[in-house]
Amino acid sequence: MGKTIAEKIFEDHLVNRPFEGINVLKLDAVFCHEITTPIAITDLIARGKDRVFDATKIKAVIDHVTPAKDSKTAEQGKILREWSKRLGIKDFFDVGKNGVCHALFPEKGFVRPGYTVIMGDSHTCTHGAFGAFAAGIGTTDLEVGILKGVCAFKSPKTIKFVLNGKLPEGVYAKDAILYVISKLGMNGGTNSVLEFTGPIVDNMTMESRMTLCNMAIEAGGTSGVCYPDMTTVDYLWPFIKDEFSSKEKALEEYSKWISDEDANFEKVIEHDLSDLEPMTTYGYKPDLVKPIREMEDSEVDQVYIGSCTNGRLEDLKIAAKVLEGKKVSDNLRAILSPATPDIYNKALEAGIIKIFSDAGFCVTNPTCGACLGMSNGVLADGEKCASTTNRNFFGRMGKGGLVHLMSPASAAATAINGKITNSNLYKGEV
Amino acid sequence: MKNFKGNVLFLNRSDINTDEIIPAKYLTEITKEALKPYLLEDLKIEGFNPTKDIENKSIIVTRENFGCGSSREHAPWALEMNNINVVIAENFARIFRQNMFNCGMIAIDIPKDKIEYLFNKYSNKKISMSIDIEKEVISIDDSGEVDTIDFKIGEFDKTLVKSGGWVEYADKNY
Ligand code: SF4
Repeated sequence: MGKTIAEKIFEDHLVNRPFEGINVLKLDAVFCHEITTPIAITDLIARGKDRVFDATKIKAVIDHVTPAKDSKTAEQGKILREWSKRLGIKDFFDVGKNGVCHALFPEKGFVRPGYTVIMGDSHTCTHGAFGAFAAGIGTTDLEVGILKGVCAFKSPKTIKFVLNGKLPEGVYAKDAILYVISKLGMNGGTNSVLEFTGPIVDNMTMESRMTLCNMAIEAGGTSGVCYPDMTTVDYLWPFIKDEFSSKEKALEEYSKWISDEDANFEKVIEHDLSDLEPMTTYGYKPDLVKPIREMEDSEVDQVYIGSCTNGRLEDLKIAAKVLEGKKVSDNLRAILSPATPDIYNKALEAGIIKIFSDAGFCVTNPTCGACLGMSNGVLADGEKCASTTNRNFFGRMGKGGLVHLMSPASAAATAINGKITNSNLYKGEV
Repeated sequence: MKNFKGNVLFLNRSDINTDEIIPAKYLTEITKEALKPYLLEDLKIEGFNPTKDIENKSIIVTRENFGCGSSREHAPWALEMNNINVVIAENFARIFRQNMFNCGMIAIDIPKDKIEYLFNKYSNKKISMSIDIEKEVISIDDSGEVDTIDFKIGEFDKTLVKSGGWVEYADKNY
């Protein structure tokens, strides 16, 4: 019997099994941000355990509310900043160098195939796009990760998705994952690793694969996973070129982190997405999804492009293509938060930021921003937002607000048209 | 160990997420105590009034997928600060469930028909429960009439509850 990627990674990182079905794994990376880490730090200090297992394996960023909006968020940043300094954590990204964790850390080359990664953040599943096992955990698990470099997980089950066909023009990874979640249900992946495979995934960029894996948690999944291939190696090459004599050698090494054909999958689910339409959500749960076509003409008050799901350069380029030469409708306001400084700078150099700002977008600094309604872009009671983020829970973007999740192309089309608009029907003339 | 008995709060809905348990805007708090007044503030269930209905309750009974969404441990903390250390549901989101045990609290999953039974028989009454983690039994006290339901939790979960959480256990063992 073959093994799944997750089983291979577990075996490779196993410290012990203290109880039946419980695997304590050695961690390759512990990621930290200013919302869930300061309280862990404070608790570790109170316990007299102000230590880290390995400062080089810990990466920290201020991203959720940045620059700080008030004394409390300033305090959270301060605790993280001082801790990084005190314990020698060199990879700490402060204001000016900071961006959304799940966009920033991959961009810095901190995730590799076969890695185990944890973070006090549910969208840590994003990093599985590199062929890693990456799981969101709570503060207590984070404390133990920081202190001992281990984390306990139940033996993994895996659901394998095979995405066949070719995505039509105007249809993107976001539409694909919304469709997958709508079929699986928001509880359908609980306690499972969700593997995304098939020709559609093979043809995707790393950015698109991260969009897929990012939303694994919206179906309850522990980690998303894509198999490492030449696309993965190309993305990582600047960081690994001293480790391998050639890209082919790197690929050979990384190819051990692929599930065997005869592995024991909990389920294998095939979807042919050749006829997929642009999708959006319509309620307060991520599995309430329908084609945008059926939602057209629904009004929204705000459009938001950004987040760890769809705030990367590829997303900005796609949206800019739709926006070029157009204006944001008077019926709504539109906000762009590029996910990292590097994305911001590249978009600036390529003239993309100008397209957004000429169209009438408010362009913010890199931050989680409106995604979780903690700092800017918060909705008023009863308002609606067309958003490229990942979560549409009641109150997520502000008390009483409603979020329609969609792709950057659809969000851009919606911004111009002033109501929910199908990106693939939108050919520039509305 | 924490207190695992008391009056029961029934929350008749599936997929209650961590934003509903404790909204994101309170994540700037850096003490657990500060979370106390905001538990379930954004939860919309007909007839449910967070301030009134949470008082004097120590155990929650609910439906499927409780605690889905964000990884915030603020969710179990907000429960803990209101003296609620037990949630009984058909099933839980992974991170929330682990966070509960990591804090020395208990997340009990029992089959759908038993949840249904609890709702049908008791949700309109004032009842109390007590949890015996050794024997894995929920005892229900309905004005003196006693009823029991069995459950199963893992050895790891029990160890965490007994040893006061994962930090102490892991620091000793790894
Ligand atoms: S962008 Fe949104 S989902 Fe992503 S890490 Fe930030 S708050 Fe979480």
